[in-house]
Amino acid sequence: MKEKILTNVRIIDPSQQMDEDGNIIIDKNGKIKKIGKGAKISDVNKDSEKIDLKGDIAIPGIVDMKAFVGEPGFEYKENFRTLSQAALAGGVTSIVTMPNTKPIIDNVSMVDFIIRRGRDKAKVNLFPCASITRKIEGNQMTEFGLLKARGIIGFSDVTKTIQNAELMSRVMNYASDLDVLIMQHAEDYELSKNASINEGEIATRLGLQGVSDLAEKIIIERDLSLLSEFPCRYHINQISSENSLNVIKKNKSNGIKFTTGVSINNLSLNQNDIGEFRTFLKMSPPLRAEKDRISLIEGIKNDLIDVIVSDHIPEDEESKRLPFAQAATGSIGIETLLSLAIELYHNKSLPLEKIIKCLTINPAKILKINKGTLKQGADADICIFDLEKPWVVKAENLKSKSKNTAIENRKLQGKVVMTFLNGELLYSN
Amino acid sequence: MATVKKVSAIKNAPQHLLGIQNLSVLEAKNILNEAKSFIKLNRSSSKKLDVLRGKTQINLFFEPSTRTQSSFDLAGKRLGADVMTMNVGNSALKKGETLIDTAMTLNAMHPDIIIIRHQDSGAPNLLSQKVNCSVINAGDGRREHPTQALLDALTIINRKGNIEGLKIAICGDILHSRVARSNIYLMNMLGAEVNVIAPKTLMPTEIEKLGVKAFTDMKKGLDGCDIVMMLRLQNERMQGSFLPSKREYYEFFGLTPEKLKFAKKDALLMHPGPMNRGVEIDTKLADDINVSLVKEQVELGVAVRMACLKLYCK
Repeated sequence: MKEKILTNVRIIDPSQQMDEDGNIIIDKNGKIKKIGKGAKISDVNKDSEKIDLKGDIAIPGIVDMKAFVGEPGFEYKENFRTLSQAALAGGVTSIVTMPNTKPIIDNVSMVDFIIRRGRDKAKVNLFPCASITRKIEGNQMTEFGLLKARGIIGFSDVTKTIQNAELMSRVMNYASDLDVLIMQHAEDYELSKNASINEGEIATRLGLQGVSDLAEKIIIERDLSLLSEFPCRYHINQISSENSLNVIKKNKSNGIKFTTGVSINNLSLNQNDIGEFRTFLKMSPPLRAEKDRISLIEGIKNDLIDVIVSDHIPEDEESKRLPFAQAATGSIGIETLLSLAIELYHNKSLPLEKIIKCLTINPAKILKINKGTLKQGADADICIFDLEKPWVVKAENLKSKSKNTAIENRKLQGKVVMTFLNGELLYSN
Repeated sequence: MATVKKVSAIKNAPQHLLGIQNLSVLEAKNILNEAKSFIKLNRSSSKKLDVLRGKTQINLFFEPSTRTQSSFDLAGKRLGADVMTMNVGNSALKKGETLIDTAMTLNAMHPDIIIIRHQDSGAPNLLSQKVNCSVINAGDGRREHPTQALLDALTIINRKGNIEGLKIAICGDILHSRVARSNIYLMNMLGAEVNVIAPKTLMPTEIEKLGVKAFTDMKKGLDGCDIVMMLRLQNERMQGSFLPSKREYYEFFGLTPEKLKFAKKDALLMHPGPMNRGVEIDTKLADDINVSLVKEQVELGVAVRMACLKLYCK
């Protein structure tokens, strides 16, 4: 690879508190050689490749902590190739993949398969998760130690929750010794039974069984109580309500150490968007009231929420074109993650630096990976975007194999123009 | 003078009756007026019209039903339509696939109108997107049962002359009731004041936002009411997690002659049926022809459904 210099670029890298106009020099090995005002054109050889970015913004490649790839078992929904295309088009260079495949990633041989397959087919950095419990049944824990040694980044039962408090305490206790990351989906099953939507007026009008935010709060409260006894690397995958946020605030001020994520959907949409049974907006946790959405944004401002995820869940039409209660949960979103997040900057909800932080260095720190930064010597995974460019989301133009976007026809401002992985230009628009 | 030419190439999309929520006041009143003309016809000896001759009506029932289904059946036949009834029931097949697949199959047979009942809220909306004919909702999950509300309105109008200004209480399992929801929308729309009365575990959250006052006390809820609508309490709710027992429910929420006295002197009683005598309603009260409108509801149900078929089958 030739040495590269990206010129005329505004660099926002929260990992080094950088927001300045300058250049980026990428060395022959695909690492950042120099960055910022100090990186001069005179620093590179004459034959090196020059790319003029015309004032666009460069940020570290986005680290998405929650995405589903259909391999193995659900290739008709999404495969490594289509997921990486969608990710690169959205400026995402590192993806934490979920283990609820078929078969489930709960043993060492599956990990070997998934890593080999990902290496052959994917063009992004993949960080696979394994399940916390075998077959995601919530009964027996998986082999944390062996799985970690084979390259598993963290453990999650995805949209399932360990209901048994004793098992949860043992998971935490055991995990603390091995320093593995436990990612919990907070949902009490009894309280969420048959539910497909937030409890409240909309559920009452649509005649659907609602789930109150208590179902989420009660598990977070339980887990944080356990965590104070058994401290481990604990992360709440996605929270959705003001009530949960209050619990988090209380516990953080009591000195309990844990991290929290939120889906871009819960930051940008609310239950009213479901309209008359739009199943693409059926999510878990569900979209809640506007006051919850606003409080989640406050949560990011106040550092109570650390990470924004796409919660990318590709589903084929057949599993969505059903009565609401029967329809599959989730929507795609990896490609629109950044644009939708930037909407929060344009509508003055959040500062740009904070958004970028939640998409890059914060998840990288939680995962303990050397990503999400453009410091000298780091891998040159870079996302270049035009902050102002207007565009309209059209499912047919999205790169995912499944087209279940929750924001069809949404008018957005800000779009990824280039994505570099290890210094190589893999996407440009 | 220039006249506006009708553009025949633009065909109106088929209209559906999916819920009272989607109706305007005018549309609701139009149905009720149309239905009035059928009351007489239904009482005469010659009941058959040929308004819908040559039209095909399919009754697609995914949930068992006696009165609604037979009412639609009869209504269609009296208007001269060819009526076919399919009881899909709870087959072993995945229900959702059955709905879409069945819709496609039926659509290929060119029906003019489909009447659907389904256990999932929103199923008629989904069906209406998949077929080229009109769809009438005969009850979906706990969301809506528009023709029931319309027949209740017609029954009230028939007795009281008007709905505007009346005070109506709906009492029972509001949470699981599509009849309650459709009636709340329709009675509000027609100018009545609506109270809902239920134990807290059977009251939907934020029900007040639908424009009603919520009560847990029969005495307060029935105060000054002209109409008392009782709802059926389903067996599975009577024990365990929603309510402690039948006995306790009857004690506090069962309608007895004594509790009816909390309402206006000339208050009338309605029930969508089938009734659980001795659970939500005193059996003598249910049969008291001076108070109970239950039989009239069934009778006018046919007229309302004839009106809906006539207006929506195009």
